Amino acid sequence: MKTDIYVLGIETSCDETAASVVKNGTEIISNVVASQIESQKRFGGVVPEIASRHHVEEITVVIEQALTESGLKPADLDAVAVTEGPGLVGALLIGVNAAKAFAFANGLPLIGVHHIAGHIYANQLVQPMEFPLLALIVSGGHTEMVIMRGHGSFELIGETRDDAAGEAYDKVARVLGLPYPGGPHVDKLALASEIAVEFPRAWLEPDSYDFSFSGLKSAVINYKHNLEQRGEQLDPGAVAAGFQQSVTEVITTKAVRAAQAYSVKQVIAAGGVAANKGLRASLENAFNELQIPFAVPPVHLCTDNAAMIAAAGTQMYLSGVRSDLAMNGRPGMQLTSWNE
Amino acid sequence: MIWLGIDTSNAPFSAALVEDGKILIEQTSAMKRTHSIQAMPAVEQLLAAADLQPADLDAIAVAEGPGSYTGVRIGVTLAKTLAWTLDIPLVGVSSLEVLAANAVPFEGVICPLFDARRGNVYCGLYKSKGERLHRIWEDRHGSLEELLSDVSFIHQPVLFIGADADMHKTAIRESLGEQAVFAPFPQQLPRASQLIQLAEQRLPVTDVHDFVPSYRRIPEAEANWLQQQESRHD
Ligand SMILES: [Zn+2]
Repeated sequence: MKTDIYVLGIETSCDETAASVVKNGTEIISNVVASQIESQKRFGGVVPEIASRHHVEEITVVIEQALTESGLKPADLDAVAVTEGPGLVGALLIGVNAAKAFAFANGLPLIGVHHIAGHIYANQLVQPMEFPLLALIVSGGHTEMVIMRGHGSFELIGETRDDAAGEAYDKVARVLGLPYPGGPHVDKLALASEIAVEFPRAWLEPDSYDFSFSGLKSAVINYKHNLEQRGEQLDPGAVAAGFQQSVTEVITTKAVRAAQAYSVKQVIAAGGVAANKGLRASLENAFNELQIPFAVPPVHLCTDNAAMIAAAGTQMYLSGVRSDLAMNGRPGMQLTSWNE
Repeated sequence: MIWLGIDTSNAPFSAALVEDGKILIEQTSAMKRTHSIQAMPAVEQLLAAADLQPADLDAIAVAEGPGSYTGVRIGVTLAKTLAWTLDIPLVGVSSLEVLAANAVPFEGVICPLFDARRGNVYCGLYKSKGERLHRIWEDRHGSLEELLSDVSFIHQPVLFIGADADMHKTAIRESLGEQAVFAPFPQQLPRASQLIQLAEQRLPVTDVHDFVPSYRRIPEAEANWLQQQESRHD
């Protein structure tokens, strides 16, 4: 009797074309990511039209490689999970339509996954989730805190009111003249610097779990202008360190307050910026002190990948969630619970 | 031999199943519906109506563009994924040629046309010889004005075809007068059966993975980047 569940995951919401086969929602059998960073570097950021063109070039290659590496045939799979949204619409459409065609041709159930649910479920690939939990999603497109009381239950308690943390990192990297993608460079510079420029912290209302990073970004830009006007030399390390301290202090403080207020059993971080060493260390310290288990998946599972989509998709499959062939890419998709 | 044809390259939608040169079923529509929503359910319905399974398909034909970037990508993605996973041949055909095929055997020059915004069009120039269609110009992207000026030197009646040709009727008439002829409305929509007929006449792509849309235009960001590179080398 067959008891294991194998799900093919597909992810094309931004600039990575990815496919993966995951067993039982917890074990990666194959995980393929074709990155466009080399191509998008020319433009200093992701150009949506270029991203969509690359996805069409890569999509079947990546799915085939994920299947080949898994040693499985389509008939061995139980379902196809794909990122339905949010993301760049033209990019999402490639994954969605490839998933629809693949599911239809092979008679497999189709499951549309929310990208953030995917980031959160990346943790299942490392260790089991314990509820209630606090998920902290920090990436180029998101800065969100979500409370989960069980599988498929999401309560958004805080989000950014302007820029995502990752966006702020990229903008500051540009101000400092660092190459694209800038986040990891800012992190590196910040950790290497012994001095830090003092930048403001955006706490917002005392009880708010929301974030705001546009003021911090402006403060960095103004600081550079002032130095230039005075003809003084800018210390990129000190700026990066000051910026990173402001970001990590606000995120850590708010995450700690939320974890205590909701009496969570586990805190998990997700998203590309969660791979950031400075932020990770700050969160680890804070939660160690409070003795609340804290987990961050390894870097390749923090950045966009399809194993996380397959992991979330498996849990949805077990809950009986199914999509139909009329599924569309949903660039502004909201994270809603699937267990209610 | 059972073919599935899909055209989502522009606003109209068409899909068909053809078996050994006979249309089993065809669906063509010009309603403003999202291809991403309707294309796959339509294919599912056509197969069900013809009492066929996906595994019964022997080949796939797709309109490869030019046209709406997103529309072309949806059709190409569906077609290449189906062809790859079913392990069957894939043939891409110009979206303009599919439209031109509606006019065979018109004795003159056929100009299929799609609007490309800001006074620009995608167009091609074809001629029918007997039952066959011959390409006179490469499909291209350019201003309508330029196209009409080039066409005026042909000194033959030119049949404009496509729903968007109607949109530009006044400008075309003003420029070409009696030289311009317009296809009747039943011929204005691309039909997947025509696509399959054209696909049958050519070789399938050698590697399905490498198959990409025929955009006939590079993205703006890339054009700007190339320009920068050139001025840097000057
Ligand atoms: Zn992401």
